[in-house]
Amino acid sequence: MKKLLLSTTIAAASLFSSFSYAADYNIDKEGTHAFINFKIQHLGYSWLTGRFNDFDGKFSYDQTQAADSKINVVIQTASIDSNHAQRDKHLRSKEFLNVKQYPTATFTSSQYQANDDNSGTLTGEFTLHGVTKTISFPVEKIGEGSDPWGGHRAGFSGTTKLKLADYGIDYNLGPASTHVELELHIEGVRQ
Amino acid sequence: MLKNNKHSYGWISIGIHWLMAIAIIYMFGLGLYMVELTYYDAWYRGSLDLHKSLGMVLLALLLFRRIWQALNTTPNALTAAKWQQVSATIMHHGLYMIMLFLMVSGYLISTADGRAIIVFDLIHIPALPWSINHQEDIAGDIHALLAWLLISMVVLHAFAAIKHHFIDKDRSLVRMLKVDTSH
Repeated sequence: MKKLLLSTTIAAASLFSSFSYAADYNIDKEGTHAFINFKIQHLGYSWLTGRFNDFDGKFSYDQTQAADSKINVVIQTASIDSNHAQRDKHLRSKEFLNVKQYPTATFTSSQYQANDDNSGTLTGEFTLHGVTKTISFPVEKIGEGSDPWGGHRAGFSGTTKLKLADYGIDYNLGPASTHVELELHIEGVRQ
Repeated sequence: MLKNNKHSYGWISIGIHWLMAIAIIYMFGLGLYMVELTYYDAWYRGSLDLHKSLGMVLLALLLFRRIWQALNTTPNALTAAKWQQVSATIMHHGLYMIMLFLMVSGYLISTADGRAIIVFDLIHIPALPWSINHQEDIAGDIHALLAWLLISMVVLHAFAAIKHHFIDKDRSLVRMLKVDTSH
């Protein structure tokens, strides 16, 4: 009886302790509730948008311990899709992403600074075209809760702006097109 | 004389040979040149449109040429040497085959996402109803490889013609330049 009580206590303690750490989420790649979009100006006259179709990642998040939040995303650069095969071929070539030499772009967070319950600033290492830089950008929590199929989900959005030349991509697209905006919309399923 | 006979090529065979020869050599140069053009070059888009249009015209010419050959007599070989006849046949069929694959691979780049090829703003050549993943990249690599292969074969073919003319002193080159009506 004493032994059972002890093991129950340990089990309860471990159960409790697991709640005290941030929960781990996998990006919902299978159901495609995650998007990495980009946009860049065309000649300064309009916006061209596109996305990366293939990426994956994990994040840790707990509302009560937001500062412990972490995220890691790996993008397959060859999956770039601007709805025009010949442009995508050009974007994958050595003149832009050089996907044969740099097949992935990665982001690994190092710090999360919460502003309030639903927003903050994420800092981390972003690697693109073989160049790694520390970037910070605002993120927003869109929502969190149980889904209709027995799981628990949380979703975030973040936007950042990159100067292509900083990453060694220096093809001349004109003065209005030196920067690209990246939008990350992710939904994770708690593990 | 438009049609071939046992001794001479006709004007249609001669004309289509040289038309395609000039167009293919031009297309090779155009292809190498256009991929080096940058976004702010005035001919960045036009060069590609021209390349695609000429490519589709060449494909039509190639098909017409093969049909014309099938309906026509082939002039007799000028050399008695069996190995020369065999190697000439292999080279000619190789040229036709590589030309076909080259043109088809170009078509597959441009139509990879279902877009049509617009030939000189006149004719829309639709895409196939299916495509493979990264078709534009795969077809692009094949297209570049075949272009170099074809131009190498063209050079070999031209050297063979020059050799026949100046060393063997036979009529191989001359009969591809003019019709012989003496027979």
